[in-house]
Amino acid sequence: MMKRKKYKGLQRRKAISGYLFIMPFIIGFLVFMVKPFFQSLYMSFCNVKVGSSGFELIYGGLVNYLRAFTVDIEYNKLLTTEITRMSYNSVAIMVFSFFAAMILNQEFKGRAFVRAIFFLPVILSSGVVLGIEYNNTLLAGMQDAIQQSAGGTSITTAIQNILTINGIGSRLFELVFKIVDGVYDVAIASGIQIIIFLSGLQTISSNMYEAAAIEGCTRWESLWKITFPMISPLFLVNWIYTIIDFCMRSDNKVMEKISKTMIVDLNYGFASSMAWVYFGIVIVIIAISSFIISKGVYYYE
Amino acid sequence: MNKTAANRRWDNYWGRNLKSGGYLLRKSIKNFAYRIIRFFMLFGMCFLILQPIFNKISISIMAEEDLYNAMVITVPEHFTTANYQLAGQFMDYWKTMANTVFVSLTIAMLQIAVCTIVGYGFARFEFPLKKFWFACVMLVIIIPPQTISTSLHLHFRFFDLFGIAKMLTGSTINLRGSALPYYLMSAGCMGLKNGLYIYMIRQFFRNVPKETEEAAYVDGCGTFKTFVRIMLPGAKPILTSCFLFAFVWQWTDGFYSKMFLGNIKLLSVQLQQIGERLGNYMIHTLNQATGASVGYTQCIVSTGTLMVIFPLLLLYLFAQKGFVESLSSSGIKM
Repeated sequence: MMKRKKYKGLQRRKAISGYLFIMPFIIGFLVFMVKPFFQSLYMSFCNVKVGSSGFELIYGGLVNYLRAFTVDIEYNKLLTTEITRMSYNSVAIMVFSFFAAMILNQEFKGRAFVRAIFFLPVILSSGVVLGIEYNNTLLAGMQDAIQQSAGGTSITTAIQNILTINGIGSRLFELVFKIVDGVYDVAIASGIQIIIFLSGLQTISSNMYEAAAIEGCTRWESLWKITFPMISPLFLVNWIYTIIDFCMRSDNKVMEKISKTMIVDLNYGFASSMAWVYFGIVIVIIAISSFIISKGVYYYE
Repeated sequence: MNKTAANRRWDNYWGRNLKSGGYLLRKSIKNFAYRIIRFFMLFGMCFLILQPIFNKISISIMAEEDLYNAMVITVPEHFTTANYQLAGQFMDYWKTMANTVFVSLTIAMLQIAVCTIVGYGFARFEFPLKKFWFACVMLVIIIPPQTISTSLHLHFRFFDLFGIAKMLTGSTINLRGSALPYYLMSAGCMGLKNGLYIYMIRQFFRNVPKETEEAAYVDGCGTFKTFVRIMLPGAKPILTSCFLFAFVWQWTDGFYSKMFLGNIKLLSVQLQQIGERLGNYMIHTLNQATGASVGYTQCIVSTGTLMVIFPLLLLYLFAQKGFVESLSSSGIKM
């Protein structure tokens, strides 16, 4: 009895120090996340009037949401284009980063150098640098000039033409070509994902591959039977990270519109309702897709 | 002697090949072809990533007439450094850079210090509601800051801690534009991608064997002393890479800088205004009616971008191991 009490005391002390350690997070979370979170949710139902001494909220029901969907001309279009762009880009980023991680995990000369270049996008695709990259019309003009000098068509359009003539070109192919044309976007957005996949690949012990090879497993089979199951948890993590990263990018049109409405027009209520619609849709997408992916995840422990 | 050895090996290869029924030769050819294909693929992808930087460099040293010359694609005909001078002048480069270095350094240090403490707390202690609070960390990672930005904006515009300020001075404090809110947020783990840092640091501390901690306790270390003397020195690699990420992302961040740090000149914000400045400069200083042409604006913007990312590239060159190897070798298990 005595002993148990003493143990309890230590446990209690540890619990208290644990709370002390995470205290900064709790305070920050309550003050800078929970309060603004609910306030902005409430604001999205309100008309916000900003004066010199403070702001008042006038409850207006679903006015802002109705305005976003029915009155505003841009919002619906921006929302659909951004979300479709997000879904196919995310898939492409996953495939590309997995592929790149597989190659970078092999032994070859100059591997450190190639790795350094592949992780460069971690810097290049962050913050404002990316947004400026996209506005660069001069580079686009130069690309056009190069394309014209190369006979007016890029390789992808040529292949696409051939396929359409033969009657194979369908919508799926169009999507594939869109991704191939935008391969730079994909490469530049997959720095962190490659690091995560690579760290996963490095934890798989080589004994497994050896054992499989001795049993007569080909490389292709061991890719499906060993590599995929072993790093499947990372697919989930990368998928969620990719989607969220896409939401926070500075070239995201919806976010641009929201911050414009907020900073230039000072229409806080409308801005928060638009942000909430976007956030809601993204959360639903994340929830559904992670549920589907987590069915296939295999935890090896 | 040597020759015979080499000969024997050669014989052996063909002999072995013969014995294996051509399998060895097929395998060698396959391997060789694979290596060549891999080389070209890697080369292409590296070029894809580096090409925009090369492009910017070549544009940044072109004079304006070269931009419209169809003959000039990469190597300029009229070499000039005027673009750098102009872009530097618009951004007030050295002063802005000093500001940016100061803000990025202090913010990154503060964020990583707090995130380390929190991450350690989550990794090594058992306490009630731990799962709940960790779910909150996940939530912080998932919620885009833009969702709550409207409210934060007003929150700091009319800042008031429990109504104290209103009692004393009769009005709320306008904290927008000063750096204080952002430092406060960083101290509360709510800065840029802080949830991610907490997560990564927690993963690291979880993998430290329990015996290390117990040995320290037995030898008379308190909780805090164990953390500082035993755990922190071992965590150097992961802390370095988190610090570098925090530094770089803070450096290029446009969102928080624009929202909270408006009064401090930062490279990321200055860069976004550079085109506008060029237009004004053309109209007011050079008295040109049309302002800057699209091509020239882009040229100056490219130069400015280069100037902003140049310190980061330098940092990356020297601290590449810190960025990457520590992360990929420690194996972030999710």
